[in-house]
Amino acid sequence: MSEEVKVLGNWGSCFSRRVELALKIKGVEYEYIEEDVYGNKSPLLLKYNPVHKKVPVLLHNGKPIAESLVIIEYIEETWKGTPILPEDPYEKAMARFWTKFVDEKCLPALWRAVWSPENEREKAVEEACKCLETLQSALNGKRFFGGDTVGLVDIAANFIGFWLRIIQEATGHGDLLSAEKFPTLFKWTDEFVSCSVVKQSLPPRDKLLAFFKARVAEANASK
Amino acid sequence: MAEEVVLLDFWPSPFGMRVRIALAEKGIQYEYKEEDLRNKSDLLLKMNPIHKKIPVLIHKGKPVCESLIQVQYIDEVWHGKSPLLPSDPYQRANARFWADFVDKKIYDLGRKIWTTKGEEQAAAKKEFIESLKLLEGELGDKTYFGGDNLGYVDVVLVPFYNWFYVYEKCGNFTIEEECPKLIAWAKRCLQKESVAKSLPDEEKVYGFVLQLKKAFGIE
Repeated sequence: MSEEVKVLGNWGSCFSRRVELALKIKGVEYEYIEEDVYGNKSPLLLKYNPVHKKVPVLLHNGKPIAESLVIIEYIEETWKGTPILPEDPYEKAMARFWTKFVDEKCLPALWRAVWSPENEREKAVEEACKCLETLQSALNGKRFFGGDTVGLVDIAANFIGFWLRIIQEATGHGDLLSAEKFPTLFKWTDEFVSCSVVKQSLPPRDKLLAFFKARVAEANASK
Repeated sequence: MAEEVVLLDFWPSPFGMRVRIALAEKGIQYEYKEEDLRNKSDLLLKMNPIHKKIPVLIHKGKPVCESLIQVQYIDEVWHGKSPLLPSDPYQRANARFWADFVDKKIYDLGRKIWTTKGEEQAAAKKEFIESLKLLEGELGDKTYFGGDNLGYVDVVLVPFYNWFYVYEKCGNFTIEEECPKLIAWAKRCLQKESVAKSLPDEEKVYGFVLQLKKAFGIE
């Protein structure tokens, strides 16, 4: 049975990379189409995600799905093989809870802390660190949030697993995620990036670092 | 078996209403506990220590938080009766997409309509109506978002219907004028017992909002 799977994505977007990671975990072959999110949006993107006009979009046999977490649940239900979510309804609810916590609390708080002006920085960092501390508690002695293997929460937290340390290097501020402040969460980031299927889904380190260094320089220049 | 399922809730909360509707659709007996949000119970703080918010669904002593997660949990555990999510994965993804859309737009925009004035309120009203029109487009000619029966998106969206009165009074506009199909849909939903008994009277909700505005000094 021939199947057509395409991903409209962006090389540096953690949301786009989440979808690629989920597909790789399932061993699904797909065609990747790069979208320039900073330039003009392509007719393809506007056609397949008219509501939000954003990446990522998954196309399965021509039918589009938008929103990374919605896409991942679809991937889980469509392709068998390595599970991304637990089977037990309660455990599933807990995985969705932590995923939502990452998306709605951690990521916005971290983003605010990274880009906040000096006079607001202390408070923003404090709030972001509270989120990281709460998230760390969800690991609860496990290797991954998903247990022995990468699961939904690990995929959702890919920004924390890979992007955050690179951004800290670009900004020169190491006060968000460090081994001293959050030892178990920090260790998780090492486990995460050394996972072979995760490695295949990450953007090139140098390219991402250069990208963020440029953004930091832009932000400083406009002050 | 009512003590097996407990719902910590607050009567005007549209998020709480979602769970009430889902439980009613499935015919599940449960204990309803009203929370005073200015004086949160020890049980609430214990069962939802991270967000300290309602609704909290407690099943056999274990808490499930966040309304969309709770509705999906209810659908999965009590899967034998009145399925809320479709069985086809693509249709499920579509339902989740629109539920996510409701969550991203309706509550925050609605809140802006009753808490702000002037340009900010005008902008919120415009985006609110645009969002409702997109939802109307998704509904199309179907009886419910779920098709012939009440589904996930219906359960997620209809609780805002009795808040529409609040938005209309505070924003000085009529939603039915702009979105007649959606209003017709909401009235169809209210014909169902599970929905009718889960939504409080809109005048009561408006009275509650007036009290809130007074307490917080909002015009």
